[in-house]
Parts: sequence; C-alpha cells; structure tokens
Amino acid sequence: MTAAIRIAQLHKRYGAVQALDGVDLEIQQGEFFGLLGPNGAGKTTLISVLAGLARADSGSAQIMGYDVVRDYRQARRAVGVVPQELVFDPFFNVREMLVFQSGYFGIRDNGDWIDELLHHLDLTAKADTNMRRLSGGMKRRVLVAQALVHKPPVIVLDEPTAGVDVELRHALWRFVRRLNTDGHTIVLTTHYLEEAEGLCGRIAMLKQGRVVALDTTQNLLARFSGSYVRLKLVAGDLPPGLRTRETAADSEGRHTLQLHDYADLERVMQELRNSGLKVQEMELLQPDLEEVFMKLTGSQSAQHAAAGVHDER
Amino acid sequence: MNAERVSGRPLATPGQEAPFDPTRAVSAPSGFPMLLYKEWLRFWKVSVQTVLAPVLTALMYLLVFGYTLQGRLEPLPGIGYTSFLVPGLAMMSVLQNSFANSSSSLMQSKMQGSIVFVLLPPISHREFLAAYVLAAMARGFVVGLAVVIAAVWFVHLEVRHPLWVLAFGLLGSAVMATLGVIAGILSEKIDQISAIQNFVILPLTFLSGVFYSVHSLPATWQFATHFNPMFYMIDGFRYGFFGVSDVGPWISAGFVAVSVAALSLGALWMLASGYKLRH
Ligand SMILES: Nc1ncnc2c1ncn2[C@@H]1O[C@H](COP(=O)(O)OP(=O)(O)OP(=O)(O)O)[C@@H](O)[C@H]1O
Ligand SMILES: [Mg+2]
Repeated sequence: MTAAIRIAQLHKRYGAVQALDGVDLEIQQGEFFGLLGPNGAGKTTLISVLAGLARADSGSAQIMGYDVVRDYRQARRAVGVVPQELVFDPFFNVREMLVFQSGYFGIRDNGDWIDELLHHLDLTAKADTNMRRLSGGMKRRVLVAQALVHKPPVIVLDEPTAGVDVELRHALWRFVRRLNTDGHTIVLTTHYLEEAEGLCGRIAMLKQGRVVALDTTQNLLARFSGSYVRLKLVAGDLPPGLRTRETAADSEGRHTLQLHDYADLERVMQELRNSGLKVQEMELLQPDLEEVFMKLTGSQSAQHAAAGVHDER
Repeated sequence: MNAERVSGRPLATPGQEAPFDPTRAVSAPSGFPMLLYKEWLRFWKVSVQTVLAPVLTALMYLLVFGYTLQGRLEPLPGIGYTSFLVPGLAMMSVLQNSFANSSSSLMQSKMQGSIVFVLLPPISHREFLAAYVLAAMARGFVVGLAVVIAAVWFVHLEVRHPLWVLAFGLLGSAVMATLGVIAGILSEKIDQISAIQNFVILPLTFLSGVFYSVHSLPATWQFATHFNPMFYMIDGFRYGFFGVSDVGPWISAGFVAVSVAALSLGALWMLASGYKLRH
C-alpha cells in the first residue's frame, strides 16, 4: 500500500536557521502519528512543506504517493491541514467559510457534510456568526472543520488543542479518533504529552530539524523510561542494598526507587523484609512520555539531570 | 462537541464508501469559480466603500472641474469640457479600483494569515491569477459603469464606438488588476501598497490626460506622456466615446494588450515559484 506520507532527506533553511536538517519519515495509511518536539524544532515547517505552504531547499515529500511540488493538485486534495496559527477571514461567517473551502476543492452542494462537521465540532449554533465574533477556541474548531471539508485521507493537525478547553479537547479527540478508526491517517503535533501518549501509535521526536527518535509509543516508553516505586517506611532508613536504586527522596521520608522490570519490585520487597522494615505507603510510578521527551529533546542541563537520575544507581 | 452521537455515515476512507481516487483528483471540478465568487463577495459586501465612495469621488471631480472650466477649455474641437472629462474620470476610476481590489485583497489575507485558505486547496496558478484579476476587473467595471451612468444625468454624452469603450475598459482594468496581484504579492505592509497607489498610480493617472488633451501641453511634456502607459488606456477609451484620439486606437490597444500579457506572465511566474507566498 502507498505510504500516506513519505519524506526523504528534507532540508529547509530560513536565513541562519536550519529549520529542517535532513528529515526522513514514512507514515503508513491508517496510522495515528505524533510529531513532537520543543518550540522551534521544525514541526510546523515540516507540515508547511507537506501542505505546499513552504518550499523545501532539497529532499522530497509525498502524500499518498503524490509529490507535493510536482503533483501538487493531487497531493493537496489528499491532505487536510489544521494550521497552528489562529487565522480567519473577518469578512465572512462560519458557514460561508466552510462553503468557500468546499468550493476551493471543487465540491459543490457540500451542505450535508458541512452540517455534520458543525455538529461534531459543536458549532451548529454559531454557523451564522461572523468569524470575528467567535472565541479563540471556536475559531480553532472552525479551522478543524475547514481542514475536513473535502474528507481528506490524510489529516494533519498542528497543535489543534492549543487554547481549547478541557471538555472540548476530549470531544475533539473522540472525533479525531473516530476519523482514524474510519481509516483516515492522522498526524498530530501537540505539547500536551499525555495527549500524544494516549492517542498516537507511533511518535517521531524532532529536535533542531532532525528526527531524534522514531518508534511506537510503547517502545519509546519502554526504551527510554523506567518504572519507579515510591514508598514510605513506618520507621527506619533504607537498607544499603536499596540505596543504589534510590533516585529521589523527599522531606516526608518518601523514597523513589528505580525498577528495571516488574520482577525488580519483588527484589525490593524481599530486601525490605530481610531488613525487617515495614512499608507505610507505596505507589508505583509509570513511565511517561514527558521523561522520554526531556531526555531526547531537552536542553543540555535537562539531559544531564535526566541522565544523572539514572546513573546514580 | 457530540462525538458520541456521530452518525453512521462513514467519512471518505481508503477502501471504504468513498475511497480516495487519484484520477478524481485531476478531473475534479476546479476551485476557480468559488474563488472568483468569494473575491466578488469580498468587495460587494462592503460596496459602500468599494463602489459608492469612488463613484462619489469621480462625480466631485466632475462637478468641480467641469463647472468651473466649462466654456474656458475645449480640449477636443466641438466637445464641451465636461463631456470630455467624463470618459477620463470613468477610466481613472476603473483603473484605480481594479488595482485597489486585487492588491488589497491579497495584502489583507496575507496580513491576517487567511491566505492559507486559498494556498492549501488544489487551485492552479492560472486559476488563482484569473480569479483575483477577474474579480478586480468586475469591481472596476461596476465603478466605471456607475460613474458613466451618474454622469449622464448632468452631461450630454454620446458613444461613437461602444466596442472600443468596452475593449479599453476591460484591457485597462486587466492591466491594473494584474499589477495589483503583483503588488499584493510583493508588498509586506499595507504602507507599501498605499505608497504605490499614491506615488505611482495616482501621478500616472493624473498625468495621462484625464483632465486635458496632451495637445495642450508643451512639446517635451507631450513627448514624456507617450511613455505613460495610462495615457494609452485613457486615450483609447476616450476614442470610443468621441471618435477622436491622440494616438490611433489600434496602436493603443496593442500596447495595452501587450502590457496585459507581459504582466500576466510575470504574475504567473511569481505564483508558480511561490515567490513571497510559499516561503
Ligand atoms: N517563515 C519563517 N521565516 C524565518 N524563520 C522561520 C520561519 N518559519 C519558521 N522559522 C524558524 O524555523 C525554526 C522552526 O520553526 P517551526 O515553526 O517549524 O517550529 P515548531 O517545531 O513548529 O515550533 P512550535 O512548537 O513553537 O510551534 C524556528 O527556528 C523558526 O524561528
Ligand atoms: Mg509549530
């Protein structure tokens, strides 16, 4: 099957900034893909090249097998992009915007689908409201609807939940998930790492225009991040055999110990029993994407800090 | 949002009810009519500013200059000054408004970022240019027509060669609309558009023979005027009304048509290369 997105050796420079520095990426049809990275990593630039809003200096990008420069009409028909910037046309109302956008894709009589989009994005009541009179979160939802008017097989969302309240965020994710189950390929950037963790099957992490990690979400979590147990003893101090595992201790007497796997938990308990210590409270800490993210993309100091946690075993 | 209550209709999905069909992608209806319609609506919705205001301005010129100078000047033999003025003023309005429409539309959507809505769809460069140019010409046409219709109430006017009037009206507005597209793409600030309007277009129109016949000018100025492209547009347009002109209509028409072609090629090249629009 043709890849939904295929990117090869993409380079893009803005003045002195190397925004994309040799990106290779292949996203299969039907994937829910996360594009993560700190501010300025090049996520939006990558999306802009895909959407034809920016020209790469070298390298190639294809959507559903169509080159974004040479076969731009086919490529653009295959993709729907929700831009990061909150842009709108103050001359028109919500429904007009959607009718225009449909028309730009050569689609007339798109009323039923527009109604459905308005309904899913909770915009029905605002259909006849001028864009200027919408709140930021509502404008964001209109951008989502505009990206979907032509039912594109590939949907790219550049921080679609920025400025959207919690309830609508969850509803938006239900909607996008449903689009994904229906077969649409989803590419998402977000700074809410729990979102990416919960939604994305695969994740690429970008840093300074390079892909620094590319794997399934599960593998990333397993590879870069360990589990921890946080416990508080009824009395006494940690036995020496456990000190090497300790990564943090707080003023309340809670110790955080690293576990390499779940069998490790049994070893920790054994050690405590051997020393005759009793546990007052205990909590298992799961790996999270934030940690992976910090390790892979964080600043030097953050990297050292993160590395330090694990080296002091 | 009501994602739970989604209807059963599947969205377009690979291998489902409406699979993505690449052949459809090329043969699908074009986005051009909608872009043209949207550009038309954009000025029509605010027609008080975009149509009524320029018509009023032209009528003011007509009243002030026409009535004060009527009888004192006779630029063309047997034609009263006020009558002489009408075609020039109408054409001036056509030219200025055609330029203003395409340049300000592109500029504004660049500033607001809403330009992405027309850059994301599969609209070809030619369709893109044609939509902006035709909408701008439509505004020029509406304004020009309104000026002539309004003027007929005050002034006796006959039209000798209506086809020449139409031809020069359309060609002239095409030149300025295309120039407006180029200016809209090139400019990074509204100020730059106003600068072009105030320091290039306004002087060129005023010095093109709207208010006088070039024969009333000293020889050097007469010579210089022949390098002003607007002169040919206005001269040819006026020929359509009175059957008299400084330069033959075919020469003027040829000159203006070549300008349209050259500017269009330039604009198309800019659009195809993504210059200033696709970074
Ligand atoms: N139009 C532009 N002109 C000049 N520099 C640009 C332009 N667009 C992006 N850049 C630069 O390219 C780099 C990558 O920017 P980009 O917007 O792709 O980052 P991002 O990963 O999307 O960041 P964020 O998370 O903040 O959205 C940045 O250093 C940015 O300053
Ligand atoms: Mg970005």
